[in-house]
Amino acid sequence: MNEQTIPASGTPASGKTGYNFAYLDEQTKRMIRRTILKAVSIPGYQVPFGSREMPLPYGWGTGGIQVTASVIGPDDTLKVIDQGADDTTNAVSIRRFFARTAGVATTDETGEATVIQTRHRIPEEPLKHGQILVYQVPIPEPLRWLEPRESETRKMHALQEYGVMYVRLYEDISKYGHISTAYDYPVIVNSRYLMRPSPIPKFDNPKMDNNPALQLFGAGREKRIYAVPPYTSVKSLDFKDYPFEIQKWEEDCALCGAENSFLDEIIIDDQGGRMFVCSDSDYCQKRREAGYRGKDPSAPRGNELLDDAAESA
Amino acid sequence: MTLEEERLLLRVTNLTKYYDLIIGCRNISFDLYRGEVLGIVGESGSGKSTLLNCISARMEPSAGMVEYDTRAEGLKDLFQLSEAERRMLMRTDWGFVHQNPCDGLRMGVSAGANIGERLMAVGARVYGDIRESASAWLTRVEFDTDRMDHLPRTFSGGMQQRVQIARNLVTEPRLVFMDEPTGGLDVSVQARLLDLLRKLVDDLGLSAIIVTHDLTVARMLSHRLIVMRGGEVVESGLTDQVLDDPQHPYSQLLVSSILQA
Repeated sequence: MNEQTIPASGTPASGKTGYNFAYLDEQTKRMIRRTILKAVSIPGYQVPFGSREMPLPYGWGTGGIQVTASVIGPDDTLKVIDQGADDTTNAVSIRRFFARTAGVATTDETGEATVIQTRHRIPEEPLKHGQILVYQVPIPEPLRWLEPRESETRKMHALQEYGVMYVRLYEDISKYGHISTAYDYPVIVNSRYLMRPSPIPKFDNPKMDNNPALQLFGAGREKRIYAVPPYTSVKSLDFKDYPFEIQKWEEDCALCGAENSFLDEIIIDDQGGRMFVCSDSDYCQKRREAGYRGKDPSAPRGNELLDDAAESA
Repeated sequence: MTLEEERLLLRVTNLTKYYDLIIGCRNISFDLYRGEVLGIVGESGSGKSTLLNCISARMEPSAGMVEYDTRAEGLKDLFQLSEAERRMLMRTDWGFVHQNPCDGLRMGVSAGANIGERLMAVGARVYGDIRESASAWLTRVEFDTDRMDHLPRTFSGGMQQRVQIARNLVTEPRLVFMDEPTGGLDVSVQARLLDLLRKLVDDLGLSAIIVTHDLTVARMLSHRLIVMRGGEVVESGLTDQVLDDPQHPYSQLLVSSILQA
């Protein structure tokens, strides 16, 4: 790492000397920004980049962190979610990482954030023009399990030979009677490139379509960046007689009563008791603050869950 | 255009393939007409497979030309086509039956999906239709459709070969390349598979190029024969003519080495 703080990079890290703004050195950021520009120009195309060693293990979001570090500025407000929640380990540590190395403001609120780094979810609250959503991607290549050779998958992308992807959906239907792929559901971006949307549930796939926010995908171990520019079509693969469908739940959120958000099942005792709650903690809390209630009478009204977590941490 | 030229499907001119200094095959020329089955026979290492790989565009020859009568634009040099066009040709107008079904099948997906893959690759997007034609083709190759959702690795060698044949024929190709299609199967299964192949070739009016070291296969399936040795063609002609009255000493040796029942 470059130990010198380069003034042109903006505000130096608050209180932390020896680190450049947002951890990465300026040359690396330029390289990643060039990669991002290319990725935005060719929606859905995986652009290779020189992924750096980061101070956390592969699989914890090294790709996403590098993308965030390259696009974030001193005036940005950062939100980090993991499985939809702001208070999970991965989210907390990445948020703290940028609070320390870039000194940027952080938030839990989707609407206030300018940059949102995410793992596994797209926030329920619709994103706005000007926001950037950064995904952490474990395996960028959608054709990987069907075609192990990288040289061949690149050729298949180049020639748009995506028929084999349907083989997977065909197998799902012949085995289970419906398309059982529930996350990382393959999509076609801008009617051209086949893309793996990182392991978000297929519930979130329709949100990617024609989204006003810029969506960036970073895979650190595989050294690939790809992007969906604002207002770009993103279509989930399906058959005409087995159209794409998203998950449904028989219950509503037990805390806020939301009917159309993505629900997590939580085991609450060892007697088989369970409850369904919104996976997006910010969305759920906002609804409770606005007075919405689910069927669980003991549900906390607002911030208590997060406060408890903060106290015990 | 003469009648001969109208029926021309594939023309190979002075095809040569070197592996560094080693000769794979040298100066090979022949024509293949529609509905014709051509057998290529010879001992191991005689260049049969090299020749087959070159004319099926799986390998680029060192010299010479392979022209194919494309549906859209007539006779075209294969290696002047763009890669996209060539791959399209392989997926639709051609079939390739490998000796080892592992090379020609996706072992991780069911028989039905294996057959449907080619349809999906050319744009079929209705599950019901894909399944129907997969099932129809399995019936045609005398395969029990109850097992169409099973994985190929649970099938016997003969069944795998049937699935591979169905997979190749589902897009109704005009030309099928076969590399020892009955190799590795026991004699009774071989005989049934040969019957099936002969019937399919007849029914569909297929053209085929079959590489084999088994003269029985050659006699049963092919109309014309090419005998290869050391990378060169030593004799060619009608199958019966070559097998009953071989002219070249090597062909004579090959024919006389069959065990007489």
